[in-house]
Amino acid sequence: MQIPTAIQRFAEHYNYLVTIFLMVAGLYVVIARGNMIKKLIGLSLFQTSVYLLYIAPGKIIGGTAPILDPSFKVYSNPLPHVLILTAIVVGVATLALGLALVVRIHEAYGTIEEDEIFAKEGEQ
Amino acid sequence: MKSVTVHLPALQVVVPLLGALLCALLRRGTSAWAMSLIVSWLLPAISIALMLQVLRSGPISYHLGGWAPPIGIEYRVDLLNAFVLVLISIIGAAILPFARRSVAHEIDGDKQAWFYTMYLLCLTGLLGITITGDAFNVFVFLEISSLSTYVLIAMGKDRRALLSAFQYLIVGTVGATFYVIGVGLLYLVTGSLNLVDIAARLGPAAAESSRPVMAALAFLTVGVSLKLALFPLHVWLPGAYAYAPSVATAFLAGTATKVAIYVLLRLFFSVFGVAISFRSLPVSEIMLVLSAAAMLIASLIAVFEMNAKRMLAYSSLAQIGYITLGISLANVAGLTGGIVHLLNHALMKTALFLALGAVVYRIGSAKLDDLAGIGRQMPLTMAAFVVGGLALMGVPGTAGFVSKWYLAVGAFDRGWWPLVFLILASSLLAVVYIGRVVEMAWFREPSEIAAKAKDPPWSMLMPLLALAAATIYLGIDTEASAAIARKIAESLLGGLK
Repeated sequence: MQIPTAIQRFAEHYNYLVTIFLMVAGLYVVIARGNMIKKLIGLSLFQTSVYLLYIAPGKIIGGTAPILDPSFKVYSNPLPHVLILTAIVVGVATLALGLALVVRIHEAYGTIEEDEIFAKEGEQ
Repeated sequence: MKSVTVHLPALQVVVPLLGALLCALLRRGTSAWAMSLIVSWLLPAISIALMLQVLRSGPISYHLGGWAPPIGIEYRVDLLNAFVLVLISIIGAAILPFARRSVAHEIDGDKQAWFYTMYLLCLTGLLGITITGDAFNVFVFLEISSLSTYVLIAMGKDRRALLSAFQYLIVGTVGATFYVIGVGLLYLVTGSLNLVDIAARLGPAAAESSRPVMAALAFLTVGVSLKLALFPLHVWLPGAYAYAPSVATAFLAGTATKVAIYVLLRLFFSVFGVAISFRSLPVSEIMLVLSAAAMLIASLIAVFEMNAKRMLAYSSLAQIGYITLGISLANVAGLTGGIVHLLNHALMKTALFLALGAVVYRIGSAKLDDLAGIGRQMPLTMAAFVVGGLALMGVPGTAGFVSKWYLAVGAFDRGWWPLVFLILASSLLAVVYIGRVVEMAWFREPSEIAAKAKDPPWSMLMPLLALAAATIYLGIDTEASAAIARKIAESLLGGLK
C-alpha cells in the first residue's frame, strides 16, 4: 500500500517536480558558472521553469480548448497561456539584450569569463 | 475636457510610451531631448491632477478597454500610489533640463536619441508599476523599466558600465522571475490577478492553504528586495550607479528603487495584510536586521570609498535601509517615517548625483582626489551638494531630519529604543563620508583640473538648486510631507491592526 501511494503522489505532482528541478538547476547555473553565456543559459532555464509552473495547472482534466460550444461544459483555463506568452516575449527580450551585452563585453575585454575580467580590472 | 480627465490614469502611462517611440524616430539628439522634455513635463501635470482627484473624491478605478475588474486590467490610484506617481514624474521632469548638456558630453551623438528613448521607456515602466492594480501587469512594467535601465547603464563611457549592466541584468531578471513565481502561486491559490481581488480572496483562503501563500510571500519579498537593493541583495547597485551616465544615475537613484519599495508596501499592507505579512512569517524581524545591517555596513563602506559617485551609491543602500526599517516597524509613526524618507531620499539623492554630474561635466571625473578645491570653482554646485549632504545626515531644518524623527518615534512606539542609537550611528557615518567630500571640495587648494572648472550653465544649475531648495523647504515645513505620509500610513495599517 505504501509504495503505490508514493508513486501516485509522484505522478500527481510530477509537473511540479519537473518545474522545481528546472528552477533549481537554472538558478544553480546562474550562480555557479563564470562564463557569461552559460549564465544566460541558466537564466533562460530558470525563466522557462516558471512558464511550466503557470501552464501546467491551467490544464483541467477532461476540459477542452476554451472555445465556446454548447456540446462542451468543461474548458481548460486559457489565462495562464496568455500570461506566459507575455512572459516568453519578455524572456526573449532579456536574453537578446543579455547576449548583446556579452558581445560588447567581449569587444571591450577580450573575454567573457567573469574571473578573467575581474582579474583585468584588478590590475588597473 | 471631461473626457480627458476620465482617461488620465491611462494617459499617465501612454504619453511617455508614445514619447519614447517618437524619440526613437527623431534620431537627432537635440530634437529627441526637446521631445522628452515636453513629454516629461506633461507627466507631473497628469499625476498632480490625479492626486487632487484622489484627495477630493477617494481612490480612482480605471478599467482598461472598458473591461471591468477582476477580469479586465484595472488601473487603481489611491493616496499611496498617487504620492509615488507625483514623486517619480517630478523627478523625471526635473532631471531633463539638466540632461541635454550632460548627455551630449557623455554619450556619442548617434546614441543620444536612444538615451532619451530609454529614459522615457524607463519612466513608462516605473509609472506603470505604480499605477496598475494588476499583479501580472506589474511584472510587465517591471521588465519594461528594467530592460531600459540595463541599456541606460550600459551607455556609460567606462567599459565597467557594460559589466555592471550585465550583472544587473542577471540579478534583476532573477528578481523579476521570483516575483512572477510569487504571483503564480497567489494566482493558483486565489484564481485572481487583481491586487484588490487577491486581497479579498486571501482573507478566508489564507488559513486553509497557508503554505503556498507563505511561499508566495517569501518569493515576492525576495524578488522585490533584489530590485530595491535591500542589504545582502544589493551587489548590483554600486557598480550600476557608479558607471552609468550621470543623468541615468541621478534618475535611477531617485526613482527605480523607490518604485520597488512602493511595490513592497503594496504587497505587505494592501495584498497580504499585516496579519499574514508580519505575524505568520518573521518578515518584520528579518527585514529589521537587514535594514540595520544596511544602515551600518553600507555607510561604513561609503566612508572608505574613493570615488564620490560610488560613495553616494553605498549611501543610497544605507538610506534604503532607513526606509525598510520604517516598513519593518509596521506602526503608524515608523511607516510615516519610511514614506517621508522615500520622498526625501529621492529628492536629496537626485540633487547630490546631479551635483556630481555637473562636476563630471566640468572636470570629467568623480574621483575624490580630483574634487580638491572644486568648491571655490563651482560654488553653487557644491553649495547644493552641501545642502543635499546635510539632509542626508538628518540635520534639523532639512528634510532628512523629518524622516529620521518619525523613524525614531516609531522605534520608541514599538519598544525597540536601541534602534534610535542605530539611526544616530548611521547618521554620524553620513557626517563622515559627506564630510570627506566637503573637506576636499572646500578646504583644499584646487587641483590642476579643478582649477579650470566653473559652475555649469543655468540649465544644469536650475534643477540642482530647485531640488536642494525642496529638501530645505520640506525640512522647515515639516507637515507638508508628513501629513500626507501619515494619512497613507494610517490607511495602509487601517483595519488590520
